[in-house]
This record gives sequence, C-alpha cells and structure tokens, in this order.
Amino acid sequence: MSTIEFTHVTHRFGERTVLRDIHLTLTERRIGIVGANGSGKSTLARMINGLVTPDEGSVTVAGLDVATRGREVRRQVGFVFTNPDSQIVMPTVREDIAFTLRRHKLTPAVAATRVAATLDRFGLTEYAEHPAHLLSGGQKQLLALAAILVAEPQILVADEPTTLLDARNAQQIAEVLTGLDQQIVVVTHQLDLLVGFDRIIVINEGCLVADDAPKAALRTYRSLLS
Amino acid sequence: MIGLYSPGTSVIHRLPVIVKLVGLSGLLILIGVVDTPWFLFGAAVLVVVGILVARVPLPTALRQILPVLWILVLAVPLQIIFTGWLPALMMGGKLVTSVACAALFTMTTQVSALLDATRTLLWPLRRWVNADRIGLLLALTIRCIPVIADIVRDVLEARRARGAERSVRALVVPVVIRSLQTAEELGEALIARGADD
Repeated sequence: MSTIEFTHVTHRFGERTVLRDIHLTLTERRIGIVGANGSGKSTLARMINGLVTPDEGSVTVAGLDVATRGREVRRQVGFVFTNPDSQIVMPTVREDIAFTLRRHKLTPAVAATRVAATLDRFGLTEYAEHPAHLLSGGQKQLLALAAILVAEPQILVADEPTTLLDARNAQQIAEVLTGLDQQIVVVTHQLDLLVGFDRIIVINEGCLVADDAPKAALRTYRSLLS
Repeated sequence: MIGLYSPGTSVIHRLPVIVKLVGLSGLLILIGVVDTPWFLFGAAVLVVVGILVARVPLPTALRQILPVLWILVLAVPLQIIFTGWLPALMMGGKLVTSVACAALFTMTTQVSALLDATRTLLWPLRRWVNADRIGLLLALTIRCIPVIADIVRDVLEARRARGAERSVRALVVPVVIRSLQTAEELGEALIARGADD
C-alpha cells in the first residue's frame, strides 16, 4: 500500500479555516473519512489527489508532494466525485471510459481491450454505446468508477460516492468498492459503507477528532452527532 | 451527437471521419451555392440513400428534421408572399436537406472519432494550436448540452412548484448559478482525470 502523509496541514477558504493542523500517515487498505457537512472532510480527500493544495504543511502520496508533483500524483490516485454527472465527459459509455486512457498513449487495440474488459467488469457492456446522460443514477456512478479504474490507479479516493443514490444502488457501489484491490479512501455520511474498513478518521470543524479502528471512531462520530 | 450515434457497420459508419467531414462540408456548401431545383433534388436523394445505406433508425433521423419543419411552417408562407413559391420551396428544401445531411453524419460518427479527426486536421497548426484542447472543447460542448437542458428543466419545475412561472429572474439566476457550479465541478473532474497532463 502507498503511504499518504499529511504533515501539519492547514487550509483556508477566504477567512474560513477548513482544516487545522492535520497530521496523519495513512498506510491502510481501507480508510474512511466521516464528519458533518462543512467539516473539511472533502477538502482533506481532495488533497490526496492534488485538487486542493494546503496553505500550510504538506501532503505527499508515495513520497510525491501533491503541490509540486500533482500530475504524477494524479496518475496514481483516482478520484470519484459525489455527482457522476459532473465527471462524465464523453457522450457514450464506451467513449467516456476510453477518454481516461487517452493520456496513457496506448495503441488503439490495447486501449480497446482494456475498455472492453472494464465494461465487462462493471456490467456495462450492454450499455457501451448508450448515451451516458440517459443512464440511471447508479449506472452513472458505476460508469464514473469504471472510467477512473480503467487507468488502474494505486489509490482510489471517493467523495460521498453513494450520497445521491437510492439504497439498492448505494449497496451496489459499496460492493464494488469493497471488492477493489486498490487502496481506497472513502468520504461518506453513510456508515454502512464503512463495514470492514481498517481505519476511520473523524473530522469536526476542520480538526481531527478521532483516528481509530471503525468501532471506536464511529462511537466518537455518533457522540458528536448527538 | 448528444446520444444520437447509432452503432452500425455500414459503409458510411466505416468511412474515415475526415472523408465524412469533407463530404458533409462540400455538400452543404454546394446546397447553399447551387440554386437549381434539380441539384437540390439530387442532393436530397443522396442523403436519403445515405440514411438507408447506413440503416440508422428512421424515427431518430426524422426527429432531427422535425424542429426545422416548425421553422418552415412560419418561414415558407412568408417567402411565398415576398419572393414567390419557387424560392420558398428552394429555401425549405435546402434547410431540410442540410439538416438531414448533418444528422446522417452525427448518427454514424462517434464523438471520439471526431476528436481524433480534429486532432489530425489541426496537426499542421500544432505550433500555434493545441489540437487536444480543441478536441476536448468540442467534446465538452456536445456533452454539456444535455446537462444544461437538465438544469433548465429542473429549474422550470422548481419555478412552477413555487408559483413563479412568469418570473424571468427565477429562471435565469438559478440556471446561471447551477451552470457555473457544474462547470467548476466538471473542471475539477477533468483535472482529476488527468485531462491537462
């Protein structure tokens, strides 16, 4: 597993401090991040992919600083957003998955094989030529996942990937995430998604308030909510 | 292009995109310039044959032409009054044939193939133009049409639910805000997917 390291990270949006002196070393395979809305958990997750760089401190992934080597980091870290509509770029399912591979400079035959294998793996083969915007919410999120995983990143960060889905589709996405070989970091409000995770981080008002095994960390989170 | 692609293995599907683009552009220019009914009839027959050869679903093809017919309902009578029946029919025929020709192109061409063709066409200009960026711009433009349409539909429903059907502000403000928000999210997703690498 890659080492994700936050060293005394502080970040502000204007006057508001969204993360305060976060110091963490993440090496586990399944990591969950929970916290109330606006607590700073999504900002923390975005830093792993270099989408947000810290105002103070540093974030490194496998020794690469996200602030200075963002492109290399993004080749190792895939990111799935809450709203799949925001990350589907191409009109059809097959084209959207293939879009990710454009930067990999593969031969057309190799790229086509990888796309076909990914479509098959996510049960999207029958929708390959289907307009992406006409898929159901669950299928769109599956497509978003497939489009990231076709590049075989070492780490997958998912920011509330089931928030917009119904229970059945959320369960399907949870099963896909659980079955991945990659190291995963999942930001969520849905605690069911974190069953079997190795480590849970609880963020509250930009501060790290718990960092523990799931049972203990979630107890802290529930006490915060109550 | 917005979900209009109709998968197939016909000759027209398999034609190189650049050939199709050149053919489409050439035919559209000729339709615009040549003002004889016989040429227009020939062009229309060519497009119909193309649609039949490509075996694209006829209802989908007709749906592309339907919106133009509404324009013609208004424009043709006016043309008849001011310029006579032949110019009016020529204008209507040119418009329908051109739209059908463009629809045939979109129904038999994938966006990714169009991007590759764009890159090839812009290759001679590579010192001044980033062909990948232009291709991506085209893809995003096409992709954003249904996204914006969804936003407008949602906002119209919300406006109706709040009893503000006549308020222009209740339509424009949320549509602009949500469109900008979507653009920001899409930009972030493109960075995350390495589109700027």
